[in-house]
Amino acid sequence: MSWLVPMPILLALFGAGLTLILGRRPMAQRAVSVSVLSAIVAVAGGLVYLADRDGPQVTWVAGWPAPQGISLVADRLSTVLLLVSSVICLLVLVFSLGQEEEQRRRETPISIYHPTFLALTAGVSNAFLTGDLFNLYVGFEILLFASFVLLTLGGTGDRIRAGTTYVVVSLVSSLLFLVALAAVYAATGTVNMALAGVRLAALPPEVQQVIHLLLITVFGIKAAVFPLSAWLPDSYPTAPAPVTAVFAGLLTKVGVYAIIRTQTVLFPEGALRVPMMVIGILTMVLGILGAIAQGEIKRILSFTLVSHIGYMIFGIALDSEAGLSAAIFYTVHHILVQTALFLVAGLIERRGGSTSLNELGGLASASPVLGALFLVPALNLAGIPPLSGFLGKVGLVRAGVGTHDWLAGVGVAAVLLTSLLSLFAVAKIWNRAFWQAMPLAENEDGKMVEAGLPLQPSMAVVAGMLVAVGLALTVFGGSMYGFTDRAAHDARHGDYITAVLPQGVR
Amino acid sequence: MEPNITLLLVSGFLIACGVYLLLERSLTRILMGILLASNGVNLLYPIIAGRAGLPAFIGLSAADRITDPLPQAMVLTSIVITLATTAFLLTMAYRAFQVNGHDEVQDDVEDAVIRRLALLDEASESYDAGVTHGEPGEEAGSDTHETTGAARPGDPREGDR
Repeated sequence: MSWLVPMPILLALFGAGLTLILGRRPMAQRAVSVSVLSAIVAVAGGLVYLADRDGPQVTWVAGWPAPQGISLVADRLSTVLLLVSSVICLLVLVFSLGQEEEQRRRETPISIYHPTFLALTAGVSNAFLTGDLFNLYVGFEILLFASFVLLTLGGTGDRIRAGTTYVVVSLVSSLLFLVALAAVYAATGTVNMALAGVRLAALPPEVQQVIHLLLITVFGIKAAVFPLSAWLPDSYPTAPAPVTAVFAGLLTKVGVYAIIRTQTVLFPEGALRVPMMVIGILTMVLGILGAIAQGEIKRILSFTLVSHIGYMIFGIALDSEAGLSAAIFYTVHHILVQTALFLVAGLIERRGGSTSLNELGGLASASPVLGALFLVPALNLAGIPPLSGFLGKVGLVRAGVGTHDWLAGVGVAAVLLTSLLSLFAVAKIWNRAFWQAMPLAENEDGKMVEAGLPLQPSMAVVAGMLVAVGLALTVFGGSMYGFTDRAAHDARHGDYITAVLPQGVR
Repeated sequence: MEPNITLLLVSGFLIACGVYLLLERSLTRILMGILLASNGVNLLYPIIAGRAGLPAFIGLSAADRITDPLPQAMVLTSIVITLATTAFLLTMAYRAFQVNGHDEVQDDVEDAVIRRLALLDEASESYDAGVTHGEPGEEAGSDTHETTGAARPGDPREGDR
């Protein structure tokens, strides 16, 4: 069944080409992109099942012999992230169909939205599935270029300003990645992750450390960990709501995934454990302090995004099976919840006419549905008990306490503090946008001023489905933790390397 | 493996120039910087290919005398990506010029607002707005009513509205 492995990438690229040809036929374009993304969800589901039943699925592209060719590897970790990301892409695309009609009137080149979105999906799928560092770079470039286009869609002044920061930072990180790849190839003679992992271990420690630091820096920029995160809150909020949602859900998580691979396949000895722990803690705390200072919903959410990346880095830095398992669980949870929140922010912008907390109010009475749609993922983000955010944080805290280490103890304290401050940040949105009376009410003799448009049912339904998927993660939390435990066990016990190089090629 | 020192020096020089230009404000100069730095980084790949040799064609050259073809494949990919980068950045610089009349990288508006508020040591508008709109009982920040008020002369936010 290994022919299934390249399908997510191929289908997405094929769909991108087809939708580009169909640029003048919006209905056909929509049909193609929805069916392609549904097919990718189905394939990803199949791959999760296969990877869980039979172990990692490996394909060598174009039949080149191992280890010279490019390998695609679908193990538990990559398939579960692939499944979640394709579900997100499908739902966000359907959500954006509702917005498209109006956008077409205001923003001209909308026919490129579908091809670019599918190219983004292809890049994300490629980054998750590849077993080759250079192909990982290519995957990053595909998704970055697609994201450049989506971020500057329409070319308004705001988006160009936001796009400048994003594009330049991304390009610099790509350059660093190329330097790192050159170093890996010069040192080991391969860019295959499994083989490089075997050969890197034999190198002098100082060479290992340089390469390790280079890779972690590159992936840290993509994942927006603390000192490298300043670009994110400046660039994400100006994009259209569905675009921001899919960026927030996926792009940083690709960086987190690459960090997990670096820490488990390339450098499995747990080097850089302490610096990563410190970085994770700083990301959590400083990110959430940034969120509290903001007065605009999308910017608050962007800062919470940065902050919660810190949880995943903390879980990875614990360097234990429980920590990694909790980090994977948290990544899945966070993809779902952050995307849901940004989609709801889009609905708030539509309903209230703005996302600035100074101009919003009274949404809870104006639209109770919107209130419910916001409240559930918001509480989920803060980690209120029955929801999946709570399960993820409990996993991290247990793993942190289990290591009996004072720095991990500080990390656990940071997890709890950040969680409390996240609740404060979302409560601030809730109080001001939903509960407080409309700011302009006085001027209109106590009458509500209708600034925005009515809620479109199809968009609300999609956002509701995403919230429901997030809730399903709570219901199936036990089996999900079972799955991530197995994924973490695979990752830490060299199953990846034995699957890619069964004959033990050196 | 004996690295080629000349190429290494050229590569380092190009990257240094590129980084210098990257620190400029104008998008066109940043573009030049990215270009120089990418060329410098691309030069690393001929270096890691090891010693020069015959072209890597099966049947044309003996296997032990060919140069390593893999870095060439990689550097070709990255050259193509650099080309796309250049095109995209040029477009963005031109669009920024169309919209703003210049192509300088601008500061983030929201950051600037928060920074000015911090310098003036005032609470943000999202904290004190309860005063301006009545209903103090519902406000979380009701204890700051005395220190903050409706828009004063010289309010830093007025210019942004």
